[in-house]
Amino acid sequence: MAKVPQNIRDQYTVTIGIECHVQLKTRTKLFSGISNDARDADPNTLISHICMGLPGALPVVNAHAIELASRAAFALKSVPAPFSTFDRKHYFYPDLPMGYQITQFYDPIVIGGEVHTLVEGEPHTVRITRAHLEADAGKSSHPAGAPYSLVDLNRAGTPLLEIVSEPDIHSPAEARAYAHELYLLMKYADVSDADLFHGNMRFDVNVSVSKSSELGTRTETKNLNSFKSVEKAAEYEINRQISLIERGDKIDQETRGWDEASQKTTSQRGKEQAHDYRYMPDPDLPPIELSDDFIAHVKDTLPTMPDEWREHLSRLSLDTSQIDVLLEAEVDNSAVAYLSILQDNLDDTAYAKQLANWFVNIEIPYRKDEAKNPQILNPQRPTLYAVVYKMVKANKLSSTAAKNLIQLLLDLENLPNDLESFAESKGLVQVSNTDELEVIVDTVIAENKQAVEDIQNGEMKALGFLVGQMMKLSHGKANPSIAQELLKKKILS
Amino acid sequence: MSSMWQPVDEIARDVNSGKLSAVTLVNKALTRIEESKKYNAIITLTADRARERAETIDTKIQSGQSAGRLAGVPFIAKDNFLVFGSETTAASNILKGFTAPYQSTVINMLEAEGAICVAKANLDAFGHGGSTENSDFGPTLNPHDTNKVPGGSSGGSAAAVVLDMVPFALGTDTGGSSRQPASFSGCVGYKPTYGLMSRSGIIAMASSTDTVGVLAHSVSDVAYVTDCMSGKDSLDSTTIDRDPQGYIIDKPLSSLKGKKIGVIKEYMSDGVDSAVKASIQQAIDALEAQGADIETISIPSLSLALAVYYVLVPAEISSNLSRYDGQRFGYSDSAAKDLEDSYTHARSKGFGKEAKRRIMIGTHVLSSGYYDAYYKKAQLVRTKIIKEVDRAFQSVDFLVGPTAPTTAFNIGQNIHDPIQMYLSDLMTVGASLTGIPAIVIPVHKVNGMPVGLQIMAPQNADRALFEVAQVAQKEINT
Repeated sequence: MAKVPQNIRDQYTVTIGIECHVQLKTRTKLFSGISNDARDADPNTLISHICMGLPGALPVVNAHAIELASRAAFALKSVPAPFSTFDRKHYFYPDLPMGYQITQFYDPIVIGGEVHTLVEGEPHTVRITRAHLEADAGKSSHPAGAPYSLVDLNRAGTPLLEIVSEPDIHSPAEARAYAHELYLLMKYADVSDADLFHGNMRFDVNVSVSKSSELGTRTETKNLNSFKSVEKAAEYEINRQISLIERGDKIDQETRGWDEASQKTTSQRGKEQAHDYRYMPDPDLPPIELSDDFIAHVKDTLPTMPDEWREHLSRLSLDTSQIDVLLEAEVDNSAVAYLSILQDNLDDTAYAKQLANWFVNIEIPYRKDEAKNPQILNPQRPTLYAVVYKMVKANKLSSTAAKNLIQLLLDLENLPNDLESFAESKGLVQVSNTDELEVIVDTVIAENKQAVEDIQNGEMKALGFLVGQMMKLSHGKANPSIAQELLKKKILS
Repeated sequence: MSSMWQPVDEIARDVNSGKLSAVTLVNKALTRIEESKKYNAIITLTADRARERAETIDTKIQSGQSAGRLAGVPFIAKDNFLVFGSETTAASNILKGFTAPYQSTVINMLEAEGAICVAKANLDAFGHGGSTENSDFGPTLNPHDTNKVPGGSSGGSAAAVVLDMVPFALGTDTGGSSRQPASFSGCVGYKPTYGLMSRSGIIAMASSTDTVGVLAHSVSDVAYVTDCMSGKDSLDSTTIDRDPQGYIIDKPLSSLKGKKIGVIKEYMSDGVDSAVKASIQQAIDALEAQGADIETISIPSLSLALAVYYVLVPAEISSNLSRYDGQRFGYSDSAAKDLEDSYTHARSKGFGKEAKRRIMIGTHVLSSGYYDAYYKKAQLVRTKIIKEVDRAFQSVDFLVGPTAPTTAFNIGQNIHDPIQMYLSDLMTVGASLTGIPAIVIPVHKVNGMPVGLQIMAPQNADRALFEVAQVAQKEINT
């Protein structure tokens, strides 16, 4: 679809609301004691009479799911509702064994909340309408050409938290930022594995455009499983809807799907085909009542959230992109503890900033390199960094040598007892001793007569060349600033 | 009421002591079932499994071990309990051929005490009905008059007890389904406080009022069985703790002195057959003679209970029956052309008329635009009924009245008139909607047909209910 010209697009207000299904990291399903981890399981092996919806089967709520949802409430800057209930949402489909989904329609566990994002340096707030617990359906597949469909109920009953935003998002970039921040929140609150590849977070994006203050007709693009597709689908819908309106056509309120291959949204179900879900309180499940003690406990044990990290580390005035890299890096492996190591060293701002640089530029790329040993995580890591820093301060390591040393150390299963002699043995300690350096200076001057002459004629460029020669002769160990001073002194005096 | 069976505690005692063999008891029950075939009280036998279990129990006892508090006691379960050893059909075509891969909690509890299920009893399909005529296996006949219905939906269970097939039978009670057949067929029928017995493994009718029911010859047998299968179950989150004192009445009351009993005015109205009313009054007089303080008490909102019941219960039924879609178990039409066809055929052919009627009503009252007017309004009235009943229990200890407005009606009489059929639930749905325990005991017959006095107690007062009912059963002439 052709992009709408900017001057036309500027006449429209874009309104976006996002519903996100987050799979909770419970050991077992929401209403049965069956494993919740279906990633490597053969179809229909993680099922019980409850997952199958057999006659007489009753759901019993998983208390851990309630705890995780409560934690998510605080992550969303809300509080868990002291009273919430389960309801039945009815529709027929082969992957919905009971003929209804158990969800929270009338009294959800989270009401209200906020998510804060930064889009191109600008802060945005997206309000949260509600978040409710529900059981996932099974998985249907339709083998091409086969006269049948297949149903796998392993996923049936997996606990989901559906987070519904207010329509506070006004551009595809904001939509992406919101989706990404939700991901960080769920990760940091330790509520979900948030593995997007395995569908642990799925986004439904509601988009409308309007020239007036009244909202336009919206479409809902369902089941997006990457931040990029959230952004692309929103962008596509904005263009599609404006083009239709500009042509004098109407927008149909409908459910659409995202086709990754063609990068297009396609119509799936119109409003006239919308279900009447006949919501009804589930009489098999008593209301969830949370005590003040429980709510306080969840609040007290909530891990540090991304916002708080940003706040804690603000004294270092790092680039937002650096902080994002750090926040993101810790998501996959919280043991690296970059953020808390930084926090432990906040009093020495210069050191903490250097550490942040080393994390971002050395350790994080190192841990992404499959050819290395990124799984080794020495418990003495923080001390290691401190010693390296001390050596740099003492002019014993150049920044390049420091980088090389850190990389060598990250690769080691057992750290050397004496880091300095280790660095020396690897030829990384730089020579700052003037007596030693003067011998080399003399050699370089003797072997580069022309350059010396140029310098004497005021062409200081040649000085850099001579420093380079010194590094070469010293196998990179010469302290370049001391070397330069010595050269100047000898040539010009 | 005389029975060829000893009280259940005595049977267990004699089996454990080796005086009686479990195999003999099972064979006796199976013989009695065979002799009473014409009543069609039974859908299927679990004879093979029963004999195996009986042999195991006898061997256990011969080796000097005890086999539990119900050792060797045969019983019959309504065919909506999931039980090993036979199909579980809920008397509906849609479940013909379904064998349970797991057992209901109460069956497991009874088996753990040595009880032996010998057969599955007939019922109105899925519990929908008050006559056991609505069974895809044909109607059950009343043991006192084969032209009449045994009541329902646990008609098979009630008839099985009255025909002396077993010392006790399990029914279910959603709106009176154990109490009304007890009244029509002439045995004791009990509905516990909601949640006292697990619903896990029982085919749901209306989850918010479904309870297990116990049918037996005596109140003390009912209490004994209750003691063996009540309390919290990790598989049913609506279950509650059992009474710490248990349910067996060791020292029966010597009189009813000091007990305040309220006769529900609305249940003794002109709508009740005058002979039934007279029989109930005679029973109440007997209670008074035992020293009970009798007063008439009005609970006006109870007159709305039937209307409320027939909004809420179909709503829950329509939801609970959604899982019968022909995709994973039960009846499925292999000739269906597509998914829509598969659903439509399974449900159109599998369900009977009454199930469809209730699905339609339930779907209607839950539809957007009607939810507030029907479902929500009915819930409000239900809350009002609960409050009024609570208030009544502030002035009396027990409430009494008839169980049904009439004695058993003729087979076929109400089958084409659902409203008339629903009216037989008039006096039982109140206890269901309020979750209170109620027990029915046989009183003086009318024209040779049984009549049952219904006694109700506050929630969780099941033990007190048994105490009073035990005196009542001893003192009231049938």
